[in-house]
Parts: sequence; structure tokens; C-alpha cells
Amino acid sequence: MTTLLVAEHDNASLSDQTAKALTAAADLGGDVHILVAGKDARPAAEAAAKLSGVAKVLLANGDVLLNGLAEPTAALILGLADGYDAIVAPATTAGKNVLPRVAALLDVMQVSDITRVVAPDTFERPIYAGNAIQTVKALDAKKVITVRTASFQAAGEGGSAAIEEIAVPEDPGLSGFVGNRLSESERPELTSAKIIVSGGRGVGSDENFEKVITPLADKLGAAVGASRAAVDAGFAPNDWQVGQTGKVVAPELYIACGISGAIQHLAGMKDSKVIVAINKDEDAPIFQVADYGLVADLFDVIPELEAELDKVKG
Amino acid sequence: MKVLVPVKRVIDYNVKVRVKPDGSGVDLANVKMSMNPFDEISVEEAIRLREAGKAEEIVLVSIGPKQAQETIRTGLAMGADRGILVETDAPVEPLAVAKILKAIVEAEEPGLVILGKQAIDDDSNQTGQMLAALLGWAQGTFASKLEFKDDGTADVTREIDGGLQTINLKMPLVLTTDLRLNEPRYASLPNIMKAKKKPIDMKTVDDYGVDIAPRLEVVSTVEPPAREAGVRVESVAELVDKLKNEAGVL
Ligand SMILES: Cc1cc2nc3c(=O)[nH]c(=O)nc-3n(C[C@H](O)[C@H](O)[C@H](O)COP(=O)(O)OP(=O)(O)OC[C@H]3O[C@@H](n4cnc5c(N)ncnc54)[C@H](O)[C@@H]3O)c2cc1C
Ligand SMILES: Nc1ncnc2c1ncn2[C@@H]1O[C@H](COP(=O)(O)O)[C@@H](O)[C@H]1O
Repeated sequence: MTTLLVAEHDNASLSDQTAKALTAAADLGGDVHILVAGKDARPAAEAAAKLSGVAKVLLANGDVLLNGLAEPTAALILGLADGYDAIVAPATTAGKNVLPRVAALLDVMQVSDITRVVAPDTFERPIYAGNAIQTVKALDAKKVITVRTASFQAAGEGGSAAIEEIAVPEDPGLSGFVGNRLSESERPELTSAKIIVSGGRGVGSDENFEKVITPLADKLGAAVGASRAAVDAGFAPNDWQVGQTGKVVAPELYIACGISGAIQHLAGMKDSKVIVAINKDEDAPIFQVADYGLVADLFDVIPELEAELDKVKG
Repeated sequence: MKVLVPVKRVIDYNVKVRVKPDGSGVDLANVKMSMNPFDEISVEEAIRLREAGKAEEIVLVSIGPKQAQETIRTGLAMGADRGILVETDAPVEPLAVAKILKAIVEAEEPGLVILGKQAIDDDSNQTGQMLAALLGWAQGTFASKLEFKDDGTADVTREIDGGLQTINLKMPLVLTTDLRLNEPRYASLPNIMKAKKKPIDMKTVDDYGVDIAPRLEVVSTVEPPAREAGVRVESVAELVDKLKNEAGVL
């Protein structure tokens, strides 16, 4: 059996989401080929070729692929599908956008967001915001799968796969790119960070986010997350949202500040190794999943926490 | 322009979901059911388009049990014009939903279909993309803004992992809604009364000739592993000490 893994990348570099999804793809048991679809994406393809366990890298370079639009990217993958038993992508917004399009045209029911490969045709996936774990057997001959990357270790390096340039299909002419407004940050990315400091409605304003949450994150070398309420209120950008319908993370340490712990939020962070909750309401549900709970006003204790961290680190 | 809005009946987002002890599924008996929250956002968007003079008719579709009529009524009370219920007690997977919706699109010829990005029960996030593919249409997924252009195209702003992306799409198109697209309205009492008289067309899966046999066989449904109970710390110093010396994460 052979699996095609669709890479997550920005042309210049490969996202570690690809390395994590590779572990899931390898669990299927066959050879894994990685598809890098983009423009001037050779650096990303070279990074993919170095991942251990990759048999081949397919590189498709073309103007229509530059921004990962769903219609041309799906057309490219469809053109390759005959040669593969499984098509896999990380369950990022890019993977979720493109893969169901491919699945539908192959007349395959996609298995979304798998957290474990039980057998080459059987997978675990969370449903109901992670309140239940379903094991499903995919009956379609071809498998189309997106991978919840927080559940898989990144594959290591040490490979030296060949890179094969492939043809780019014609633009279906349905969509065009207008522009990106990407958050620029020196901080680690949410989905790969070892430590995350997250703020909720309790933080109160975007100024407070800047004054209280981000300095703590910077002290810890952490990424910054947020609850939906904080994003909706404009305290934090959309791509910081952690939860059922935002990002799913599993860092070593997750510090939730002024977050109540609604199931939709817990769905995105309850697999973190260590959870700290800071909340002034002792009955907040977040304390039910927290390893260490501190009932306190976040504006009092976070500055104290920074000072204490200086002591133990300095 | 006609707007088609598929709405799914799901367990209410406030309900604590319980897994049946025998592993056969989730307990839905006597549980509050509601319209999928993302679909409320879709209905709201369609109504705003009509209020802005950009849409004439809003048609709701649900595929599900007889009680999904209530879900359609909810949307009619918000302001949609009529409904179609494709009645079935069988579970229908996203691929089959997309095929039924395709047949309905071909009959109704809407210029825009607005779906939720994700149903909060199966968390699949795929029906809209599948429908767009089957129709050969453009898709604007995870949308936080929709803007029609004078040349008959539409700009869609999408919530993506790195921030926001704006794309330009040919019409007709499939849109899937994200949380920040709008804030759905509550239905007023007079509108709830009016909705009772709005028509709902009753259909069956056979009317569309779609095979809904499941492609995913559910082997088991279990509770996720529970986290071990944690402790309360009394001070910041104690917290830092525990993080460093007990948990070893600093
Ligand atoms: C379809 C759908 C999808 C959703 N998806 C997500 C998702 O992906 N992610 C997500 O997070 N939510 C999601 N939600 C929303 C979720 O249900 C909750 O509304 C949200 O998580 C609440 O955010 P919060 O905890 O910041 O706010 P609140 O629930 O208002 O909690 C604020 C907390 O801050 C505490 N607090 C206030 N002031 C202080 C202070 N000075 N010091 C310490 N503590 C303080 C309060 O005690 C309270 O517990 C979704 C909801 C729906 C319907
Ligand atoms: N049975 C259904 N009836 C009507 N609409 C549905 C149904 N299932 C899915 N949808 C639509 O597809 C969206 C995404 O669902 P899913 O792909 O299952 O996460 C939902 O928000 C609905 O708009």
C-alpha cells in the first residue's frame, strides 16, 4: 500500500504539522510519499525529503498553487489519486479546506481528525467536542484522512528521499487570491509550542492581554492562546482561539487565565500534559481539568508569577 | 438570488454529552436538541443578504428525523421563507448529505449555499467542501466576511490558522460559516407565530435516489480517558515550586 501525505508548508519552509501527520501516515503501514504543492516550494520539498520514513517527495510548482486555493489544489491531488491507497493531510485549516473536496470526487467518505490508527482501515476520532471517542472502520477502498496533529509525535529527520517534479493542472478558474492578513509574531506557534499561556474573557480587554498575558508568555517562551469569548470580544486575533472549533493543542504546560472552562474550550486543550488554571471563581469548571488550580484575581497573581519565575530561573 | 441554507438538528451545545455504557453510542434520549450553532450563523447571514436587497428567497433544508421540522421552524422564525425536510431516521454521513444537497441545488437553482463549517455532533467539517466539489463550484470555507462585487463575483474572508485570508470566488458558490461572520438574532414572538404558517416540503431520501448506506462502520463509542484530579495551590510560590519540582515543566 502507498499513502500520499499532503504537506503543510509556506513554500519556504515545512510546518512541523507535516512531520506529525507523517507519523499517522506511517502507522497505516505502507510507503509514504509527500506532496508539496506550491510555488518556488523546493526548500519545503527538501525539508520534506529529510523526514525519516519518506519514500518520495512530489513537488508541484505553479502560480495557481501559490496560495493553496482549494479548487486547483484538489484538482492536483485528484490527478494523483489513482496511484494511492490513502490520501492524508494534517487537520489544519488548509487540510480541512482541500481534502473533503478530493474525497467527494473520489466518492469516498473522509475520516476527519483521527487521533489514532488502530488498523490500516480503522481509526479513533473524537466526536461531540471530545466528549466521546469513536472507533470507525472505513469501508471505502481508498482512504481519505485528516490527522489531529496534537495526538501524534513529529517524525524525526534522517531521510533522504528523492524529489520528483510533477506537472501542475490547469486552473479550474473558480477562485483567485486577494490577500492574507497573517498575525506576525516572534513567539512560537500555538500548535508546536511547549508552553501556552491562554487568556479568556476575564482578561477584560486587548490592552490587558498585551499588559498581562503576553509578558508572561514571553517570560516562559510560550505561545499565546485565547478562548472564543476573548476572540469574539476583540481581545485576541482569531488564530489564537483554542477549542472545539479553533486549534487543538497539547503542550507540556497550558496556563489558562480567566477562562471558565466550557466544554468547547476544554476540547482544544485537555490533552495538555500539565494544566494550570488561574480563575477567581472557585467553582469554575476549568478547575476540574487543572492539575494545579489557583483561585485568585489574575491581575494580582500574574505579575507575582513573573517575579517568582525570575527567581527560580535567575 | 435564492439562498439555500442546510440546517442540522444536533444535541444542544450546552448539554453534557453522555456515552452509553455499552459503547453503542451517545445517549440522545430526552436530551435537548437545537439547530447546529454554525447553521444559525448561516441563516442569519442569508437574512442579512435579503435585508440588504441581495437575496430574494431563503430556503432551509434539513436531512434527519421528523423532529428536524422544529429545527427548520427555528430558522423560519428567524426569517427564512420555506423549508424542505428530507426525512430519515437513519444516520446520514456528510458524503450522503452532500449528494442529497446536490440534487436539491439542481432542482432549486440557488446562487449561494451557506452551510456551517462544522456540525458540533460529528465534528466532521466536510459537508460544504464536498457539496462544492460535487457541484463543481467554488468554495469559501470558514468565512468571517462575505462581500459581493459588481462583476458578479464575491470576496470571502476566511479564518485560517495564521490569521485571515481573502479570496475572490465565482458565483454560484458554497460558503461555510465561522463564528465571527455575524451574531444570529433571536426570533421575535410574532415571527415565531408567522413561522408556523410557512411551508415545509416533506421529502424522503428516495426522492433523490441517493444511497445513504454508511461508509464508516462505527466499531465503538467510548468516554475519553479522564484526567486525574488535580490540587489547589494557595500561593504563586507554591505553584512555581510544584511546576518546577513536581511536574518538571519549568
Ligand atoms: C458552536 C460553538 C463553538 C465554540 N467553540 C469554542 C472554541 O473553539 N473555543 C472556546 O474557547 N470556546 C468556544 N465556544 C464558546 C464556549 O462555549 C464559551 O462561551 C467560551 O469558551 C467562554 O470563554 P471564557 O471562558 O473566556 O469566558 P467566560 O465563560 O465568560 O469565563 C470568564 C472566566 O473568567 C473569570 N474571571 C473574570 N475576571 C477574572 C479575574 N480578574 N481574574 C481571574 N479570573 C477572572 C471568571 O470567573 C470566568 O470563569 C464555542 C461555542 C459554540 C456555541
Ligand atoms: N443532516 C443534515 N441536514 C442538513 N444540513 C446538514 C446535515 N449534515 C450536515 N449539514 C450541513 O453541513 C455542515 C457541516 O457539517 P459536518 O460536515 O458534518 O461537520 C452543517 O453545519 C450543516 O450546514
